[in-house]
Amino acid sequence: MQSIISVTNLHKQYNNYHAVKGISFEVYQGEIFGLLGSNGAGKTTTLEIIETLRTKTSGTVLVDGLDVDNAADEIKKIIGVQLQAAGYYPNLNLSELLHLFAGLYNHQIDTHAILKSVNLHDRAKAKYKELSGGQKQRFSIATTLINKPKIIFLDEPTTGLDPQARRSLWDLIRDLRKQSVTVVLTTHYMDEAESLCDRVAIMEGGNIIALDTPQALIDQLLASGFDPRREVKKANLEDVFLKIAGHSIDAV
Amino acid sequence: MKSYSQTKAMLAISKASLQSIMRSPSAVVFTLAFPLVFILVFGFIGSGNIELVVAVMPQTQTNNLFYQTLETDSNVIKLHKNYSTQQIKKELEKGTLDAALAIAENTDGTLQIQIQTSAASPDKGKLFGTIAGSIIDKINVSALQTKPAIQLSQTEVSGRPYKRIDFILPGQLGFSILSTGVFGVAFVFFNLRQTLVIKRFFATPIKRIYIILGEALARIVFALMGAAFIILIGWAAFGFTLINGLLTFLTMLLLAALGLIVFMGFGFIVSGVAKNESTIPPFANMITLPQFLLSGTFFSISALPVWLQPICKLLPLTFLNDALRLVAFDGASLIEVLPQITGLTIWGLLVYMGAARLFRWE
Repeated sequence: MQSIISVTNLHKQYNNYHAVKGISFEVYQGEIFGLLGSNGAGKTTTLEIIETLRTKTSGTVLVDGLDVDNAADEIKKIIGVQLQAAGYYPNLNLSELLHLFAGLYNHQIDTHAILKSVNLHDRAKAKYKELSGGQKQRFSIATTLINKPKIIFLDEPTTGLDPQARRSLWDLIRDLRKQSVTVVLTTHYMDEAESLCDRVAIMEGGNIIALDTPQALIDQLLASGFDPRREVKKANLEDVFLKIAGHSIDAV
Repeated sequence: MKSYSQTKAMLAISKASLQSIMRSPSAVVFTLAFPLVFILVFGFIGSGNIELVVAVMPQTQTNNLFYQTLETDSNVIKLHKNYSTQQIKKELEKGTLDAALAIAENTDGTLQIQIQTSAASPDKGKLFGTIAGSIIDKINVSALQTKPAIQLSQTEVSGRPYKRIDFILPGQLGFSILSTGVFGVAFVFFNLRQTLVIKRFFATPIKRIYIILGEALARIVFALMGAAFIILIGWAAFGFTLINGLLTFLTMLLLAALGLIVFMGFGFIVSGVAKNESTIPPFANMITLPQFLLSGTFFSISALPVWLQPICKLLPLTFLNDALRLVAFDGASLIEVLPQITGLTIWGLLVYMGAARLFRWE
């Protein structure tokens, strides 16, 4: 496996708050890598340092062989960034917004094709604020696709979405991997990480406390003699909801 | 791969920003509608002519040469007949009537003329007295058939009439530029920061300075379109004087652009200082309102107290207004308004030094 992101001994200190305490990890080319952890664990800080949006206190971060210290502009050209909370220019419709980003990346684009790839081709004339939660996230992902990036960063892409919208976003993210795009995402939904991510790093208090494939982490837990508090049934309430309320992309 | 063009990225921001501004009602209202309303108002009422409102007392003899001369000769005097004595007294006290006139015929056939003026309108009252007096003199002289001791001949030098629009329009244009610059920039950068639009821009390869330049360019294009529109409406509909035609028009636009760049600097400061959206208007008004009143927007600075005038003359909007008026009416060239341009430039340097310290990206 070839590494495309390499983080070594990364620290981030805000005034008197140590947000990231010397973490190291690699992200492999073409995988979906998940950063898990509760709020304040340091996920977003780590992500934004790799995205060159935030300065680090110490450590080394290489993105596709480029150092964030001296090649931030080059890195920005090969990554796509979806922020946890992002706004878009007011009063513009989706198609105009995509043109704006096309200019910002210096890329020619086919707005229809891009909107179709995130299932928003019939909303080209809609304003961002008129979209539903799931549509907003899908549009944010569309803006990350413009420069045909090698790596896409998604910061809590499914937070606040209903189950159908989450499923539709997962499909979209899996499609990206099929096009050999590396995806780094943060989430605090463990089911999402389990079903979507090839490997996950679990962060707590600025440290990485576990890093492996979801199955390996589960196996390790079971091997340590874990006893679930109750019998796990073959389906859960979400399965019930999706079965009776439908799993339709068009509905969201 | 082609090298990355910051200019291309900047122009993408300008285009998006311009599209956004054009669809934002408040920007259009402030830049176009607001100044246009003032120009319309002053364009219609501002013929600059004095009007004397004079009531004719009941039982006044109107079948005489004096009254007929007064009625036909002067387009300044408006005579009103249907007032009662009581009404006349009330209106005179309020100053809505400038004078009242009574004419009675004496038994020997001579006329007795009585004029009543009001302390509420002393200047116009006096003027009416003078006009009436000169008519009486003329009638008396011709009635006596004597040679007058003094003859007056009055000639007028032909000149360009300085219309009210010639004063009002540059002032409104200057103020429109000021408010577009300050409010527009303050809100746009505050909002882009607040809604994280700008953070998303940071994740693209554009350099920060080009984000500012792109936004600034959009504001300049929009404000100059507004300025061109205001000048052309003034010129076409209200006879605003563009002494050297197109050259004057373009020089005015150039001055407007310089003024706008300076005023945008205030906007950058306000967007940096404001803690939340509701503190932007007070900060921005602190900059725009004093200049609205003190920079000769509606009335000349010479109408203000003497001690205040030196301060007024140093305000940036005063420099812009003066330069616009000199160029439009006196046909001054850019070199002749160099003092005003220098004044604006110094303001620009000061403001941008402040903006560099106070502007915040996050």
